[in-house]
Amino acid sequence: MTNSINDLLARHTLIFTIVIVMFSLFITFFSEPYGNGLISTSFVKTLGKTVCLCIIALAMDVVWGYCGILSLGHFAFFGLGGYMIGMWLMYERTAIIVQEAATNELLPLTETELSNAIGNQIFGVVGGYEIPSIWMFADSLGLQLILVIAVPGILAFIFGWLAFRSRVTGVYLSILTQALTLALSLYLFQNDSGLRGNNGLSGLQNIPGIEYLGQEVISIGFFWVSCIFLISIFLLFHSLMKSKFGLIITSIRDNETRVRFLGYNVEIYKLFIFVLTAIISSIAGALYYPQAGIINPAELAPIASIYLAVWVAIGGRGKLYGAIIGAAFVSLFSSWFTGGQAPDIPLGIFTIEWVNWWTVLLGFGFVIITIFSENGIIGFLRNIFVKEK
Amino acid sequence: MIKKIIVVMSFFFFSITAYADTIKVGILHSLSGTMAISETTLKDTMLMLIDEQNEKGGILGKKLEAVVVDPASDWPLFAEKARELITVNDVDVMFGCWTSVSRKSVLPVIEELNGLLFYPVQYEGEESSKNVFYTGAAPNQQAIPATDYYLEELGIEKFALLGTDYVYPRTTNKILNQYLIDKGIPESDIFVNYTPFGHSDWSKIVADVVALGADGKKVGVISTINGDANIGFYKELAAAGVNAEDIPVVAFSVGEEELSGLDTTNLVGHLAAWNYFQSAESDLNTAFIKNWKSTMGPERVTNDPMEAHVIGFNMYVKAVEKAGTTDVDAVREAMYGITVPNLTGGTAEMLPNHHLSKPVLIGEILEDGQFDIISQTTEVPGDAWTDHLVESAVLTSDWQSLGCGMYNTSTSSCVQLKSNY
Amino acid sequence: MKIKFYIIFLYVFFINLPAVAHHDEFNIFLIENSENIIKSSAKTVDSILRDIQSFDDEIVSRFLELWKSKSLYYIKDTKQVVIVNENEDSLDALEIDGLTRIGNYSKKEIKKIKPNSGVRAKIDSILVKYQISNSDINVRQKSIESLKRNIQPEHLEVLQDAYINETDTELKTVIDRLLKFAIVKYSDSNDKKLEIIESFKGDTAIEIRASLNQLLNSSEVKVGISLPNNKNIARVIVPGFTIKNSNGTSGTTNFFNEDVEISINDAYDKLYAENLVYKKRITQEELKKILEQNISGDTIEGYSISSLDNEQSRIAAYNKLVENNLAPPFISENKINEEVNKFIFYSIYNETSSEVTNAALNTLASINFRVQIYKYIDLLIDGLSLASIYFLGAIGLAITFGVMRVINMAHGEFIMMGAYTGYVVQQFISNHTLSLLVALPLAFIITFIAGVIMERLVIRHLYRKPLDTLLATFGISIALQQIAKNIFGTQARPLTSPSWLDGSLSLSDDLSISYIRIAIFILSLIFLGLLLFVMNRTRLGLETRAVTQNPVMASNMGINPERINMLTFGFGSGIAGIAGIAIGLFSKVTSELGSEYIVQSFMTVVVGGVGNIWGTLAGASLIGFLQKFIEWFNPSNTLAAQTYMIIFIILFIQFRPKGIVALKGRAADD
Repeated sequence: MTNSINDLLARHTLIFTIVIVMFSLFITFFSEPYGNGLISTSFVKTLGKTVCLCIIALAMDVVWGYCGILSLGHFAFFGLGGYMIGMWLMYERTAIIVQEAATNELLPLTETELSNAIGNQIFGVVGGYEIPSIWMFADSLGLQLILVIAVPGILAFIFGWLAFRSRVTGVYLSILTQALTLALSLYLFQNDSGLRGNNGLSGLQNIPGIEYLGQEVISIGFFWVSCIFLISIFLLFHSLMKSKFGLIITSIRDNETRVRFLGYNVEIYKLFIFVLTAIISSIAGALYYPQAGIINPAELAPIASIYLAVWVAIGGRGKLYGAIIGAAFVSLFSSWFTGGQAPDIPLGIFTIEWVNWWTVLLGFGFVIITIFSENGIIGFLRNIFVKEK
Repeated sequence: MIKKIIVVMSFFFFSITAYADTIKVGILHSLSGTMAISETTLKDTMLMLIDEQNEKGGILGKKLEAVVVDPASDWPLFAEKARELITVNDVDVMFGCWTSVSRKSVLPVIEELNGLLFYPVQYEGEESSKNVFYTGAAPNQQAIPATDYYLEELGIEKFALLGTDYVYPRTTNKILNQYLIDKGIPESDIFVNYTPFGHSDWSKIVADVVALGADGKKVGVISTINGDANIGFYKELAAAGVNAEDIPVVAFSVGEEELSGLDTTNLVGHLAAWNYFQSAESDLNTAFIKNWKSTMGPERVTNDPMEAHVIGFNMYVKAVEKAGTTDVDAVREAMYGITVPNLTGGTAEMLPNHHLSKPVLIGEILEDGQFDIISQTTEVPGDAWTDHLVESAVLTSDWQSLGCGMYNTSTSSCVQLKSNY
Repeated sequence: MKIKFYIIFLYVFFINLPAVAHHDEFNIFLIENSENIIKSSAKTVDSILRDIQSFDDEIVSRFLELWKSKSLYYIKDTKQVVIVNENEDSLDALEIDGLTRIGNYSKKEIKKIKPNSGVRAKIDSILVKYQISNSDINVRQKSIESLKRNIQPEHLEVLQDAYINETDTELKTVIDRLLKFAIVKYSDSNDKKLEIIESFKGDTAIEIRASLNQLLNSSEVKVGISLPNNKNIARVIVPGFTIKNSNGTSGTTNFFNEDVEISINDAYDKLYAENLVYKKRITQEELKKILEQNISGDTIEGYSISSLDNEQSRIAAYNKLVENNLAPPFISENKINEEVNKFIFYSIYNETSSEVTNAALNTLASINFRVQIYKYIDLLIDGLSLASIYFLGAIGLAITFGVMRVINMAHGEFIMMGAYTGYVVQQFISNHTLSLLVALPLAFIITFIAGVIMERLVIRHLYRKPLDTLLATFGISIALQQIAKNIFGTQARPLTSPSWLDGSLSLSDDLSISYIRIAIFILSLIFLGLLLFVMNRTRLGLETRAVTQNPVMASNMGINPERINMLTFGFGSGIAGIAGIAIGLFSKVTSELGSEYIVQSFMTVVVGGVGNIWGTLAGASLIGFLQKFIEWFNPSNTLAAQTYMIIFIILFIQFRPKGIVALKGRAADD
């Protein structure tokens, strides 16, 4: 048993790839459009979203588990990615609807009329009709995709540069990243942010241009894209962390001062990792929200980023597959417990309803894992098997 | 890992067990998170109504079966759960959602899958989906009559529109702003302020409102402040010594349930506008309250969205009986024109624009947290597209004869069949 | 008290009712007007109130008092207006005089008459004349109170009489003041007005500003070739440029981007409406409509329809229509400007005497100067108040995080536990003052114990791993929050302050601060003192400092670091519990109470400088004042203020990573 596990861990890149591909095929062959329909579209969506969460968990694992920066802001980048892609989805869909409706008009619309009509459709619910200037690229998928990378990248760069330069480390950095997240979500909560305030962007699951395909097909498509992206990111991080660069990163985690004395520019390394993971988080978000259908500022709340750290810690930090297992495990169980599917436990006079007590279990379980098993589930399993030996 | 996932998935599969001979009613209300405070009550109302109906023998000889899910106040989860209810649980109808955001999150799903949703809360209008029946108040059934009351009865000349920063207050205030201007109130006499959810630092805003009286005009507050934030707001009002005779506050989101968390002695006389108050006098209401209290406990109160669910549910029952099937399109056709008695002593009718005709009640807050109804209109038909905004004045909704929820009367064409979300 | 008095008041009427002469006539009056009394409306009540005054004073005032206080009923069948005596399950209906019994009715047959507050205000205004000379001072006081809100022309005389007859000095000054308002409002004598306006100088009361501003009410926009010289001109209006000031003068658009009083297009429309120009302005919409009406095939006057997707080509096509006399001419923007510039737009004061309006302007300016100063002071007080709230939220953290360097994400939940303790105590002890006295120490004890338990079970194992502490305490935080939800529900719970904390200290109408905020301010001062005392003057403080600075050395000196850590952590948590009660008193008690404060609290400590209580004070002050200051620029957007404040903090920490009050020397080592 021990051997097989160790072998598996040793060859995990290959095995990981095979597992994910098999899994995707398995899902596809049981899905509604391409199989016998045993797996519902809504579950495919759940899985697709979970895969995206695994991607950001990977990013979190690299920045925290490998580089030692406990960022409580990566979910904000995830959300930003969602917003960037959401702007295009929303604008384009609305533009198509408006142009269709305009065919009923006797005169063709002028440019102002067109933009007012689109603006009224998008911003009518929040009391406006002018399209804010931050939407200027929203009509182009290409530009908006570039923004998915550029906006969180630049934000992470500025923030990271300032923070690492003044040698803010440890818990201070965590609090600072949390403040950044809070600022961002408060900003987005405002109506004046031009991103529909608390309402956020919705109807994102309808992909303009391919709406005729139906959600069954689109969801499988997104699921596949997410899986492929997960594999690539896994491979990227794996090789990166195996390289000399990865060694420096882990040494920074273990003793930053010593690495600095050895002549490495620690700040550059940290900044690189911070920005890279921010961008990957953003891409994961851009894949996630078209599947979720709606993004709003509540998604970016500081607590989401802490949950992200919780997933990674539960799975096992410092191990890439640990992050994936943690994210998949906790998020799927969360949805299972809160979905009301878990059986209640009657205790005589008192019944434990999981809908209410799941969070308590999660919270305390998390405390126990932090205290007793630094390396999460992975470490826990390892400990057991090592003891058996 | 595969094993684990298969295990997880098998849970999902086994939880899906279909009973072909029941009518399934999906209940899509948050049972956890910030909105649980309001929505849990509605879930309990629905369960009570379903039980009652089952005791009467169900509908068309079939029993009703409630499928309760918890979207956890998480807007994307509303969409996910709605899809699950329709495709996995095969529900025939859904009752649910509270805020407009949650409804707009669900809209694309139910329009895609042709589901049926009863939405029980007052909302900002400007929408009429083929798949939603709006049993709460549209602006012309709550905001506009309350404003009229201010203008005509209280002689208010200066308005403070205070709201939480989200869709409902934004749109409602936009409509009211235009309405007041049309009524001859200069724009400089309309003070608009938005605060975030759960806002607690009200001293400055209350002071600003008091200062509005400096030009000798009578000031009135129209509050679309949502949820918990009201507590701080009313506390600050009381601390500032603002009483209802000086500066009345009419609230659209404060009902019996919200007041039960407050000491109302200092709020006596402030107003709320709804389509239902627990204090409404009718035999049906007395029976309903009695039933509710015996199911849930004597300290529980009833409120407007609960009545909306009662009306919506009774209408659904009638429509299914009339259509003889639970097929969504047949039921929808059968819904138009259906009337059921409402709890305030009149009759509610489902209009072809998917809104109800309801009376508008204005109540003054009493010391015991109940409302003293001081004004009650006859039934007002709900208007999906307000007449007070230029861009929506030309729009109308009529799913029965025009087959369109967004029909432009000036070009005589259907603008779009799907809703904006 | 008030209610009691009121009952006595009614009672007096019940007993001393004289044989009313006009009794029958009054009943006929009631029957005739029953519809409008039962369903009263501010629109219909005036005529009743006018007619009713012809009846006997006593019965009128009694009837109005009953009506106003929602003590009138009516019998559903006959629509007869009655008063009732309540029995167990039925009602005895009596005539208004309270003597003649009409009969016994079931509760369903009789309904209460509920006048709305607009009607009640009108009744009050009539009642003044009956009650202002009442022998009972409370009645007089109440009627004068109601007069404050609504002075009508007929009250001028009433007030003059009352002023002469009033014996109570306190009440006399109130009447004097009201009389002044009445004179300013309704008197014909300009001299009297001028004198009073002059006397108003420097008094910032809202009613005074209200009465002055009412003098300065001005007309709608008027237009002419030149300014009329026999009118009291309020302002000259430049369309599209000037705004209307609240005192009736005109001003220019400023930073806050107020809307101009009248746009150029509206000004032109006004000219057209007053027949000063003869060509109607064609709006873009009208232009479009006319074009649409003239579509023939797929062209309009030779312009293909598909080419009409911009304004220029639409105007060109339209002008073609004009040439063919198919449409009224289009007026270009330049032409509109030209026409509008030919005329002068202005507004005149409703008050005809320029002497009076000038005096009012003058006085108002002097008042506004003072009001402005008050506003700055108010801003400072607001900032101070917010700072003390932040300080209170952060002060426990100043110990656990600041001194012990333990990141306790569950700190907010300790605050919440304190608040819920206050709520629970209030369920058992109904006296709010007493319950507060019990709750404060109890909250300290409960959260102290919770803190100690948490320290023993969790934090102790993680002292060398701060990031892990952060995560573990976060786990505790979400668990505690959910437990609170499960126990108390998600509904916000009331934590009512004792009545002596109700209300506010009002220095002027623009400068008031609620007692509860003063109490919070004082409480935070006490905490500051207590903390300084404990940390600097007690053995615990000394040992705590020793342990945090060098645990090994401290234990060599015979200090038990474990015990000290436990106690210090408990102490910090206990203080959070007390803070929770204070915060609960001023806002609300929910399970999310703590999480609202946690991020700000950490920032407060970090900004102020870790390890120093003065630093926390400085941090709280900076954040509090800054937030209020930013809010002041954009008052309708508190979220923006918070956003900018956080961004400021992030930047601030980049440049001063150790906070405002940085520790020096050995203590500063991480």
